[in-house]
Amino acid sequence: MEKSEIFEKVVKILTPYVKSQEALEGVSPETHILDDLKVNSARLVDVVLEFEDAFDIEIDDDDVDKVETVGNAVELIEAKIG
Amino acid sequence: MSGVILTPKQVLDLIPQQDPFRFVDDIVELDEDHIVGVYRFRPEADFYRGHFPGNPVTPGVILIESLAQVGIVALGLYLLARESKDDVTKIMTLFTDTDVEFSGIVNPGDRVTITAEKVFFRRRKLRSRAEMKLDDGTVVCSGTVSGMGIFK
Repeated sequence: MEKSEIFEKVVKILTPYVKSQEALEGVSPETHILDDLKVNSARLVDVVLEFEDAFDIEIDDDDVDKVETVGNAVELIEAKIG
Repeated sequence: MSGVILTPKQVLDLIPQQDPFRFVDDIVELDEDHIVGVYRFRPEADFYRGHFPGNPVTPGVILIESLAQVGIVALGLYLLARESKDDVTKIMTLFTDTDVEFSGIVNPGDRVTITAEKVFFRRRKLRSRAEMKLDDGTVVCSGTVSGMGIFK
């Protein structure tokens, strides 16, 4: 799967939880999921479960702690897909 | 208290919500996947005076709170004690999100049964699919409730 395709899917999964439409319109790999998109931190579990379903992967809780930006999520997923 | 299987009675005693904001009397079934709790709405509860004057009906938000106390707080305490090394007495449950539909009315004095099934429990976040029924079987509300355990 192309990185751009993963990025698009990640953004699509995040979208329902995004509180800042402005940040969503200018979303890039550097966009911070909590600070910029204003996703509620309690929603991270929901998001990770959706990543697992959408990409058919398993994400360790320790890996989740390292994800801060959209790009971090894309890279983690890319590594898991292999 | 860690890595232990709590009894329904122990879980009941650990629920921090107390009168006048306690909406679970007893836990009648409990395992890692589901919980069943019961509560009888006290006709003397203060909120009936205003909701509504002369026509007391249990507020929907109170029904959601009851779903949450059974489906998130009680089941969450059980799961935390069972699956984690955390001391459950040092953790409090935050209500994080809900999606509930109402389909009936709960009058003062009605007894309800709340059944909740675990949807997921991860990173101390629990989501349950919960349903409240009257004794005659009428479903009064159903949906999902979620909460997260945080250290006090």
